[in-house]
Amino acid sequence: MHIIDAVLTNDVVIGGAVLTLAGLGLGLRKLDMDLIPAAGILSATFFVASLIHVPIGHSSVHLIMNGLAGLILGWAAFPALFVGLLLQAIFFAFGGITVLGVNAINIAGPAVIVGLLFRPFVIGASSAIKAAILGGVSGALAISLTTLFVGISLALSEESLIPAVKLVFLAHIPVMIIEGLLSAAAVYLIYTVKPELFDVMRQIDDTKDEMEG
Amino acid sequence: MSDILEQAGRASNIGRQELPRDAMWIRRLDPRVRIAALCAYAITLIQLSNISLLLVALALSFFLMSQARLPVVPTIKRVAMMDSFIIFMLMMLPFTMAGTPLFHVFGFPASYEGVMKGIDILLKANAIVMANLALLSTLEPVTLGHALARLKVPAPLVHLLLFTVRYIEVLHEEYNRLLIAMKCRGFLPTNRWHCYKSFGYLVGMLLIRSFERSERIMQAMKCRGFNGQFHLLDDIAFERQDAVFVGFAGLTMLTLLALEILHVLPA
Repeated sequence: MHIIDAVLTNDVVIGGAVLTLAGLGLGLRKLDMDLIPAAGILSATFFVASLIHVPIGHSSVHLIMNGLAGLILGWAAFPALFVGLLLQAIFFAFGGITVLGVNAINIAGPAVIVGLLFRPFVIGASSAIKAAILGGVSGALAISLTTLFVGISLALSEESLIPAVKLVFLAHIPVMIIEGLLSAAAVYLIYTVKPELFDVMRQIDDTKDEMEG
Repeated sequence: MSDILEQAGRASNIGRQELPRDAMWIRRLDPRVRIAALCAYAITLIQLSNISLLLVALALSFFLMSQARLPVVPTIKRVAMMDSFIIFMLMMLPFTMAGTPLFHVFGFPASYEGVMKGIDILLKANAIVMANLALLSTLEPVTLGHALARLKVPAPLVHLLLFTVRYIEVLHEEYNRLLIAMKCRGFLPTNRWHCYKSFGYLVGMLLIRSFERSERIMQAMKCRGFNGQFHLLDDIAFERQDAVFVGFAGLTMLTLLALEILHVLPA
């Protein structure tokens, strides 16, 4: 889902860059120096997760897992996924340099949206199954939003692409299902084994409050 | 430090023989200059529309790549690797854009404008990717972080980047260990629910282990007096060769833009 250079028009590229700067600003405000090691390591984990290829039919897809990132990191998912995209663009030539802002909005934006919508419910879920269902919905929703956002950025630049965008969205439904299933399984495991992980960004805040108070 | 990241920028014959120092001038430039030059070059390129100018730019990028001594075959593969989404979009362009029909596929007309637009995108994207591989992927990931800090990127973002870079390799090894353990127990990637569940557990386990690792790291850092501040030590300096490079790069980009605006070359 990484857009390459020169596909988008200048105004879309600039719009994406401005929105990304705003997202980074908000995300970094929530990211205290104390939280940076944890956020950095989780960001590295999501980078590694994006290298995993999962079979689908006779082909395979690589994971994005932005829904899961949003559930765990909340607002901090924005800078965390941005760093991953920057490294991918520079060292893997995956996604363009000038469209980095648009790519960040397309991938990290849905992560934050899903995180804000579902994280309180996952933390408060009464059983692992319920948490897993919420996790699955967030995983599938995040990737659908990403596909939708990529489609919108392409359609804004080149109106004639709208029919193709619709086709691609339909073709991505299996990917959405798979990301949903994987996120559900991952949330089930985390909820059972280490539920504190969903609270990692707030937990450290609390200990700090205790120390200050 | 991070092997996965550094693979891209490795020179073709490092390790086998000592290279003459001047062959690697591009790798000795100030990282800040390299970052700024690439951004300026990318922005310049997407403003061009003349195909002959784009071919010149592609040649320039290829020259940079050869100067960085990047291995030809793996690098070309990297350049060609593109998302299936984007490839599909580019293939659809001739059929979705209205214009003079050039040829027909199954009765659908492919427009001249669409084909030209596709070529235009491919030339620009590849020229930018090649220049990126020559100038930036040859940086050490840690140096990239330090250079960004010197370019006044906010400290939290730089530290996040440095931590990510540091732990990508560690976590990739962790992932491989988990995958080997799964394979030892007879795991085969298939299209079944069991396979997806196992991959989901794999990701979940990776996250749990990295979270526990981050707790241990934090304790170790606190034990050594971490008070929320990092010190970046680097030896980045702007030297004469950087000034020469900036001069040449600036002139080249201005020439490209001037030729584009003045319509000197035939399209």
